[in-house]
Amino acid sequence: MEMPPLVAMVGNPNAGKSALFNALTGARQKVGNYPGVTVERHSGRLALDDGRPVELVDLPGAYSLEPSSPDERVTRDVLLGAQSGERRPDALVVVLDAANLDNHLRFAMQLIALGLPVVIALNMVDLAERDGLVLDPAVLERELGVPVVPTVAVRRRGIDTLRATLTALVGAPAAPVASTAPVEDIRTLQRRARALSRAATISETPTRRWHHALDSVALHPVFGPILLVALLFVMFQAVFSWSEAPVGWIEDGFAALETAIKGMMPDGFLRSLLTDGVIAGVGAVIVFLPLILILFLFILVLEASGYMVRAAFLLDRLMAGVGLSGRAFIPLLSSFACAVPGIMATRTIDDEKDRLTTILIAPLMTCSARLPVYTIIIAAFIPARQVLPFVGLQGLVLLGLYLMGIVGAFVAALLLRRTVTKGESSGFMMEMPKYQLPRLNDVAIGLWSRATIFLKRAGTTIALTTVVLWALLSFPQAPAGQKQVEYSIAGRIASGLEVIVRPIGFNHDIALALIPTMAAREIAVAAIGTAYAIDDTEDASGAKSLVDHLRGRWSLPTALAFLMWFVFAPQCISTIAVTRRETNGWKWPVFMLAYLFVTAYVMAGITFWLATFAGL
Amino acid sequence: MTTPISLETLPRHQAAIVDDIDWARLATPEARRLRELGFDSGVPVQVLHRAQLGGGPVACRIGRMTVALRRAVAGAIRVSVEPLPAE
Repeated sequence: MEMPPLVAMVGNPNAGKSALFNALTGARQKVGNYPGVTVERHSGRLALDDGRPVELVDLPGAYSLEPSSPDERVTRDVLLGAQSGERRPDALVVVLDAANLDNHLRFAMQLIALGLPVVIALNMVDLAERDGLVLDPAVLERELGVPVVPTVAVRRRGIDTLRATLTALVGAPAAPVASTAPVEDIRTLQRRARALSRAATISETPTRRWHHALDSVALHPVFGPILLVALLFVMFQAVFSWSEAPVGWIEDGFAALETAIKGMMPDGFLRSLLTDGVIAGVGAVIVFLPLILILFLFILVLEASGYMVRAAFLLDRLMAGVGLSGRAFIPLLSSFACAVPGIMATRTIDDEKDRLTTILIAPLMTCSARLPVYTIIIAAFIPARQVLPFVGLQGLVLLGLYLMGIVGAFVAALLLRRTVTKGESSGFMMEMPKYQLPRLNDVAIGLWSRATIFLKRAGTTIALTTVVLWALLSFPQAPAGQKQVEYSIAGRIASGLEVIVRPIGFNHDIALALIPTMAAREIAVAAIGTAYAIDDTEDASGAKSLVDHLRGRWSLPTALAFLMWFVFAPQCISTIAVTRRETNGWKWPVFMLAYLFVTAYVMAGITFWLATFAGL
Repeated sequence: MTTPISLETLPRHQAAIVDDIDWARLATPEARRLRELGFDSGVPVQVLHRAQLGGGPVACRIGRMTVALRRAVAGAIRVSVEPLPAE
């Protein structure tokens, strides 16, 4: 089958490229990866006015053809036809921010010099006009020698004209092509760009810009940090309160499914595999979908509105103190939902050492998978007592666990930057985009792609691991009089592991639970639950709740050590997998596993012995 | 009459022009990014915000963009202040 012509969208970051891409392709888009590199490839189909299909690819934003991050390298290589797995584009849509012409024109001139057919989308002309800037596209067309279409991507203005221009451009006899850009240094180009931008400006009235007013609060030395803390507080509050109902629905749904299967199938291995293995395992993970989506809703809105860069600005000083930059804030914040997208978000950090350090500490942010573990242990062992008006002891312990992770991450960053990721302290230089009202459609597309990544993970990694665990727990079958949980392969491994974890206060049940928990932390609760459920039936002592079981079998120091273990232990196969992918090898994921397990062991041990000596 | 000072010490909202940039003080990628963001001699620049006391980054206006820079980088950018209107 012949491939349709390829049209690449290219432009500076913050030129509104993605919004324009969404406006042109709608929901018909695909997110993939460029082979060999960890850069996402966003592509979509578009039908030209004469019915011909073209493939539109949204290249990562770049400032020039000289790359300074993996993303920008892909952009350059695609444009030069040097990116493996990608054909050279047949035409370019160069996206410029109308309000930022003097800067964006320089890159546009470099792109035009490549010799590919080009149409310029003069984007966000409405915002420029609101700022009192009136431009003359005809001047740009004449001086640059390519068509210029004014657009407002978020309001779909100019999209039809842009498509019509593309129709004429794609497949038209090619202009004489200069295969390499004329060598001109950035400064000369920049000066030409500034002169051209002045020529194309009809009028420029300085107006009091509302985003400056917003910035004087958001970036204020005192009010700025207060606003940031307030926003984060509201965000975490919402994650827990809004998710309560949908989590309940999902739990009910899986329970109903389990009942239905039990009603349809006779008791046996297959039924046990389906209900105890697949449904229990996958269900335990999918209940977090609402939490993750709410957290990402906030993150996407904060990002699309332009606030995220302001937060990075405010936190840069703090981050510099541990050898990171303000840019690490966005990946670390995402890691509170899940470290996997958090680690993927480190791609925007151009400094390699800086990025690596951020990846290594991301698993210390309390991800949503730790919550069920924290919740059940706290419910079982921490009395529901008010310590202050509105402040309960249980909530305080939970907050303490979150803070422990953050402090741990900062200490780890400080130490890593002095040892394994030693290097010049990285810089922080960022364009601060204008504030914008996020568009519902763009946020929805972002949420949808997060949800698919998460569900795919639940459907593959987690489903597979739970099946393997189920098999390890079910075979070989225990002879009469022996406990299945202990006789099984998993039970025997646990007995070996118990020797190692005994000094930090862990018992055989915990050792057993730690094995499947390697796949995902949330499995811990299910694993302990399963073990006690099987015991229940064998003792015929009647069903007891998991909380009662825990109270009866664990001491308080053991429970506290278990909580501390989960603050640090890197028990998540997806995190390890994504770290391997993002760092291109096994070196760093293995290092991550080692340093976090050692820390978890030491911290849990300290907690256990301190609690024991304190007589708890 | 102009007084040469650096962007690091330029008072907030004071209109100024970039005199020259001490490229040697900057790491290569930093210098390139700075050029790409439009920093060059003769360009008008203004400090809009400074993050917390004690050395946080500086937000400045260059062309029609707002750019955040660390203090050390701002210190390498020498600017001259346009003469104030007669007081």
